[in-house]
Amino acid sequence: MNEEKTPEKTSKIDLNRRDMPKQSPEMRSHNFNEVALGYTKELALAEASRCLQCKKPRCVTGCPVEIDIPGFISCVVKGDFAAGIKKLKEKNCLPAVSGRVCPQESQCESQCILRNKGGEIAIGRIERFLADWEAAEGIIDIPPRAAPTGKKVAIVGSGPAGVTVAGDLILLGHEVTIFEALHKAGGVLTYGIPEFRLPKAVVAREVDYVRKLGVKVITDYVVGKTRSIDELLQEYDAVFVGTGAGLPWFMDIPGENLNGVYSANEYLTRMNLMQGFQFPNSSTPIKRHKRVAVVGGGNVAMDSARTALRMGAEEVRIIYRRSHAELPARLEESENAEEEGVIFNMLTLPVKYIGDENGWLKEIECIKMELGEPDASGRRRPVEIPNSNFRMEMDAVVCAIGNSPNPLVPATTPGLETTRHGTLVANQETGKTTRDRVWAGGDIVTGAATVILAMGAGRKAARAIHEFLTTGKQ
Amino acid sequence: MNKIIERTMIVPNMHLLEVEAPEIASKIQPGQFVIVRANDEGERIPLSVADWDREKGTITIVFMEVGASTGALARLKAGDSVATCVGPLGNATEIGHYGTVLAIGGCYGIGSIYPVVRAMKNAGNRIIMVFEARSSYLIYWANKFVGLSDKIFNITRDGSLGMKGHVTRLADVINSLPVPPDRIVVNGCTYLMAHTSEVTKDLGIPTVVNLNPIMIDGTGMCGVCRVTVGDKMKFACVDGPEFDAHKVEWKEFLARRKAYMNEETMYFRHSEPTVVHKEGKCQE
Repeated sequence: MNEEKTPEKTSKIDLNRRDMPKQSPEMRSHNFNEVALGYTKELALAEASRCLQCKKPRCVTGCPVEIDIPGFISCVVKGDFAAGIKKLKEKNCLPAVSGRVCPQESQCESQCILRNKGGEIAIGRIERFLADWEAAEGIIDIPPRAAPTGKKVAIVGSGPAGVTVAGDLILLGHEVTIFEALHKAGGVLTYGIPEFRLPKAVVAREVDYVRKLGVKVITDYVVGKTRSIDELLQEYDAVFVGTGAGLPWFMDIPGENLNGVYSANEYLTRMNLMQGFQFPNSSTPIKRHKRVAVVGGGNVAMDSARTALRMGAEEVRIIYRRSHAELPARLEESENAEEEGVIFNMLTLPVKYIGDENGWLKEIECIKMELGEPDASGRRRPVEIPNSNFRMEMDAVVCAIGNSPNPLVPATTPGLETTRHGTLVANQETGKTTRDRVWAGGDIVTGAATVILAMGAGRKAARAIHEFLTTGKQ
Repeated sequence: MNKIIERTMIVPNMHLLEVEAPEIASKIQPGQFVIVRANDEGERIPLSVADWDREKGTITIVFMEVGASTGALARLKAGDSVATCVGPLGNATEIGHYGTVLAIGGCYGIGSIYPVVRAMKNAGNRIIMVFEARSSYLIYWANKFVGLSDKIFNITRDGSLGMKGHVTRLADVINSLPVPPDRIVVNGCTYLMAHTSEVTKDLGIPTVVNLNPIMIDGTGMCGVCRVTVGDKMKFACVDGPEFDAHKVEWKEFLARRKAYMNEETMYFRHSEPTVVHKEGKCQE
């Protein structure tokens, strides 16, 4: 690639950020196909041409994995997509995933100098375009692998953190095995994020890529149960724990064990991993509820609400205790949900679920909230308004208020220290845990966060593990 | 993929499945379970493990055909494979020297309580075994328990063997003993466990049950197996499946257990007889 050559600038450049084609809200709320359709070649070229190729690119500083953003964009401008994807993959082995689910608006794109001049460059959309272009072309560029080192690494969990570590270490010549508890690899990308936001074929492709690099992926294997970390350490030189935030929180209010009350994990796993949206043509049973309330305001809540709509619910509500401004979901996701017909009940908190004589949910009782003084998170604390309780008839509630780290590995690994939140104690820069030869990264360390942060942590851990395997330093 | 060594119907609707699973076989303890998928599109179903052979590297499961997924499993043959067999999951049954242990097995639980009884016997307990079934012909493995048990009782609803009636006759069993048992363990359907709990609560005998709720992942991720035990929310997959019977909120547990009953039986209502009876004749 020729770095000095800047893209030709013509006077005809349209300064505005290019929209990405989407399925219409009416259409998409009735199907599970991907909502955003991706840039065409023309749109990708037009958008890429807007990039000013800053000498000191601020976008790169906004990226948790420090992708050479102007670099891959300039390849697109030149029409050299193969070089573009190669550039991307230097830093990010899952571009088709991060191009879709990364919160670019608060990361790379938020730093773009064009923010107030026609809009920030749509970095995520161009990233996605390149990844999809590569997949459509069917050419998979397998980078050269370093000479075998004879060292073996076990990776626990096949989510974004684990797959990143695996992808990095295999290229450095180590032997890598991923252990996955479920029957399909991908972790939260597979069981959690719905088809309409991240097609499972895309995830399968990315996992397949690390397989092609030579990583062994063993599914149906629960580390902590089938084999402990200590036993893995007998066979492997290093272990990376990327088991994610997989223990759902409930609110500890009356009626939470009624039928019809789900954790978001259960609701989404039934639909995504187990393909419940096809039931009865798939084998895991699901219910088609008419009125569904989703408690929470994050991306998982939006995913659950939009899934409920697609399953034919007539009334779907997001119930969130703060206001619209504090919704932790990506703006794009809450907008999509609203366009599709999800009703937002802001400043509302469920206090009780009421069931029928057969143990099924029939009503939920909520209380109205108002915003008080800022709390530790800097957001204004929601405060209950006395005597503002009211009830709504509901067939189902999906509790999407977050997850604790999965306790299986910490509970079965002596000496692996956890914080009081249940997350693993790990060095921020290296991912090194309190156990010899054990590293960790992703949600198991940070608590529930984003795909890209998990990938970033995986990259750092891979570097540290490689250093240990080659120099013995940890 | 785990190869099937044996799959036979041991009594009507009750199947034995022996699969190759060397790592699980080397680890498994009484009271633990595995999650099985019959095929690539299959539902994940939690099944108690009834026996194992650590040297041969196999585990044996006894399960009842109740719906589509167990039906698919019941149609597999030796030499076929199951798509998933993952475990051992859950915590092991607490084994100790209690004195006299009364064990009740019904349905698939006759199978799954077998390793519990074996371990309890090895721990030096006196064993009183109670089989509970609708009729005598539904009791299996009785001779496997003979050497382990100091006394065996049968309760059948039609009176074809032992006492006639429901598991509530357990009170009569206990009253007939010179001294009441020190601990009771129950494996079987929810009704059996709930009713046993009622009886033994009145008698004040510590009782543990091995719960069998609906599960998906079996590792604490989905939370569908939650159960109220002593006013606290527990996940049967990681906190159990063994719990103090007297602390379990049975009414709620029963309702949750039945959540998908309509969907499960839809299979029987909608499937053609040819699906169940391959090649026009009953497989067994």
